[in-house]
Amino acid sequence: MTIAPALPPSLAAGTATVPRPGLRSPRPGAVMAILLPLLFLVPALLLPLASVLSKAVQDRAGSYVGLANLTEYLSSPHLAQSLSNSLTLSGLSAGISVALAFLYAYGLTRTRVPGRGFFALVAQLPLLAPSLLPGISLVYLFGNQGWLKGWLGGHSIYGSIGIVMGEVFWTFPHAVMILTAALSLADARLYEAARALKAGPWRRFLTVTLPGVRAGLVSAFVAVFAMVITDFGVPKVIGGNTPLLATDIYKQVIGQQNFQRGAIVALLLLLPALIAFLVDRAMAAKPAAMMGGKAVALVPDRQPWLDRLFFLFCALMAVCLLAIPSTALFASLAKLWPYNLTPGLWHYRFEMMDGGGWDAYANSVRLSALVALFGTLLIFPAAWLVAKGRAPRLLRQVPHALALLPLAVPGLVLGLGYVFFLADPGNPLRVLNGTLTLLVVCTIAHYYSVPHLSAITALRRLSPELEEAGRSLKVPALLTLWRVTLPMALPVVLDMAAYLFMSAMTTVSAVVFLYTPDTMLASLSVLAMDDAGDTAPAAAMAMLIFFTGAALRAAWALMTRGLLRRARRWQTAPAGV
Amino acid sequence: MRHWFRPLPALALLIGLAVPVAGAQERTPITVYTALEADQLKAYKAAFEAAHPAVEIRWVRDSNGVITARLLAEKAAPNADVVMGVATTSLMLMDREGMLEGYAPKELASVKPAMRDARPDPHWIGMDIWASALCVNKPEREKRHLPLPRSWADLTDPAWAGQITMPHPASSGTGFLMVSAWLQMMGEEKGWAFMDALHRNIATYTHSGSKPCKAAATGEFALGLSFEYRANKLIEDGAPLELVLPAEGLGWDMESIALVKGTAHEAAARTLIDWAVTKDANAQYAKNFAIVARPEVSTSLPHVPADLEKRLIKQDFAWAAANRDRILAEWSRRYDAKSEPK
Repeated sequence: MTIAPALPPSLAAGTATVPRPGLRSPRPGAVMAILLPLLFLVPALLLPLASVLSKAVQDRAGSYVGLANLTEYLSSPHLAQSLSNSLTLSGLSAGISVALAFLYAYGLTRTRVPGRGFFALVAQLPLLAPSLLPGISLVYLFGNQGWLKGWLGGHSIYGSIGIVMGEVFWTFPHAVMILTAALSLADARLYEAARALKAGPWRRFLTVTLPGVRAGLVSAFVAVFAMVITDFGVPKVIGGNTPLLATDIYKQVIGQQNFQRGAIVALLLLLPALIAFLVDRAMAAKPAAMMGGKAVALVPDRQPWLDRLFFLFCALMAVCLLAIPSTALFASLAKLWPYNLTPGLWHYRFEMMDGGGWDAYANSVRLSALVALFGTLLIFPAAWLVAKGRAPRLLRQVPHALALLPLAVPGLVLGLGYVFFLADPGNPLRVLNGTLTLLVVCTIAHYYSVPHLSAITALRRLSPELEEAGRSLKVPALLTLWRVTLPMALPVVLDMAAYLFMSAMTTVSAVVFLYTPDTMLASLSVLAMDDAGDTAPAAAMAMLIFFTGAALRAAWALMTRGLLRRARRWQTAPAGV
Repeated sequence: MRHWFRPLPALALLIGLAVPVAGAQERTPITVYTALEADQLKAYKAAFEAAHPAVEIRWVRDSNGVITARLLAEKAAPNADVVMGVATTSLMLMDREGMLEGYAPKELASVKPAMRDARPDPHWIGMDIWASALCVNKPEREKRHLPLPRSWADLTDPAWAGQITMPHPASSGTGFLMVSAWLQMMGEEKGWAFMDALHRNIATYTHSGSKPCKAAATGEFALGLSFEYRANKLIEDGAPLELVLPAEGLGWDMESIALVKGTAHEAAARTLIDWAVTKDANAQYAKNFAIVARPEVSTSLPHVPADLEKRLIKQDFAWAAANRDRILAEWSRRYDAKSEPK
């Protein structure tokens, strides 16, 4: 649940460096403005994380015990099992997800498969629902009463098989996004040269295509690996008897209220996510050498057999991707699966269920709207200060580095950090405990990085001459931002808001430790209802989230289409995204 | 040149959504920690608030074990004003930690003496009794040509392997009362040996006490160890279930209510305890449970045998409360690798 829609490497590539400031020396106020984003990022991100660290070295009474918690946990046989399960299943899921996504993305970018637009759209479906949805659908498909139970050859869906299947579904769009971006950057001249040297199709694939997307493959693998190892939605529903690190934290904190032990597991979970993040940054920092200024875009030739083969593959994948939400929808409409399949809306009446029902849904919509609004209002100007501000480069790196930090922090760890941070009686922010505001702040911090990166990328596309012109006309910088920069970047700003909205609708991991009965969310109520055994209402709520996301996506597409067309007239460089 | 104002209506809409609904609140809210079933909460709250309009219940619900862990973890600064519908075993545990305040509600005299703390100002008062029961899916059982189990011992038949689910005793009160009853009925050694044998047939240990019965209702797992309220309710709703009360005797516990020491809303909290022993309140419990605290309130659950009370084992609450931590640690050591996450 951390490295959410990863940016294509091409976009992320340039962001490790920050552009030079303007030439004339700025006023001190303009320099100090760079510290404004820190007013949010330090209390909402840095301090909670620091309190996880400090909690890990305390006993239950709060006195310092050094590494005693860690050694105690490391010596339990349970841990070795959880750790090895987590590593194996994350590796396996990432391998399968990236392999399938590579073929799918190859079909979309390098062949002339009909219906590529449709296939690209279908690949986005898993983004619309929390990771609990694939778990629930897989129970209906392959569980003991599942239609396709026979396909598993007597094996149970509860456990490794279910976890891997669910995680592959849930991470597929992220892998496809990264690999589509990587595969669409290709210089046709290289292929011509290879052909001229009499290289066959296989040789061209191995010596031109693969090296070109190596960075994309690595970054897709680490992104998916980090998502899986920190996800607990899928294993919570379908994990059966398989202990994992992510579910251990939850079990320790919620089930046994053992916060110190939870903090230790959180630290262990932080490690693989941090490594994945560093590898990804290292790959992104390398310039994309393939595409020089003289590159010629590759237009795939018609290859009847290959096209047919890839069409079959993409169609098969699309069927699988559609099967998951369709199954949940069907099950949520059946009166008593599998004995009475009379369709109706029984399971959409949540009053008699755990999880808060329609109030939780209303809370979720409200949370998502607030996160989209305030998140965008915060992240865009902060990114502007980083990309276009007049502070020295080194100073601007500070908020930039903090803004990227959430990519490496699992939601469960961040949420736990909030619990510890706000439990301190001396903390004036304690008043936020139990409020929706707290969930808004936490969710913005959790999903800060991706919109920040999109904003930086978009702002860097705009020529610095605009600001220079504004300055020489003695127009205040803020006015230039409002009158010129913001309108030009508007499509990206709207995308940021849409991303934040969707993320807030589906978030489970960070907020699971923070909600109260008054601030129950739809995604959490899916979890609560599944826990209580009300699988069909859980499927119903997951589908509500799914359809809300789909409706929003459609509305957004209509809204931004006109804007995008107009914005393009303005921009110096063609807008690619 | 003003076209970038176009999204403003959308922005206004977002702000509109964002403005919280300000409701006039003059009633005293009390926070009530509970393990009552979600489908019971609404009726109890409505009935209480109709009788006492000045007080508003705010439920914090989770399964019994989780609520117990939470209450104990918050010992230094309790959030709860009242604990309602939580197992007596758990409340006795809290009482040992000095977390409960004694209070004798107005109609205390009409509560069955066996269903309350014996002190003149009881630290806990029982509301109703819930007992373990088996939920068996008839079509699935017949498909596999399995006989209907009659006893706990029947559950260790290898023919049921992978078809049984049971609530986790650490998170679920229903799970704990079964384990505690087996140990009291059979003695420690035979009790653990029985659980070892049962464990071989268990597909998964669930978080909630209702889930095994709900899973049996859909046939996902053919047999669930659960409790009589959920079985009765699901059969009412048309699930193809058979309810079995094992012959050796049933584990049980009382859903009880208690006042938390140091509450800031003591007066309002007391009105809830006053209400909880009234005839009205008992009539509400009677819709869900066969045995309630006031003897004159009659109950009848259509699918639960009338002689339920006679089938209950002799329960030693003091022993169960005193040994809860030890039993759970031993249980976890033996079987935890197979429990559902959480």
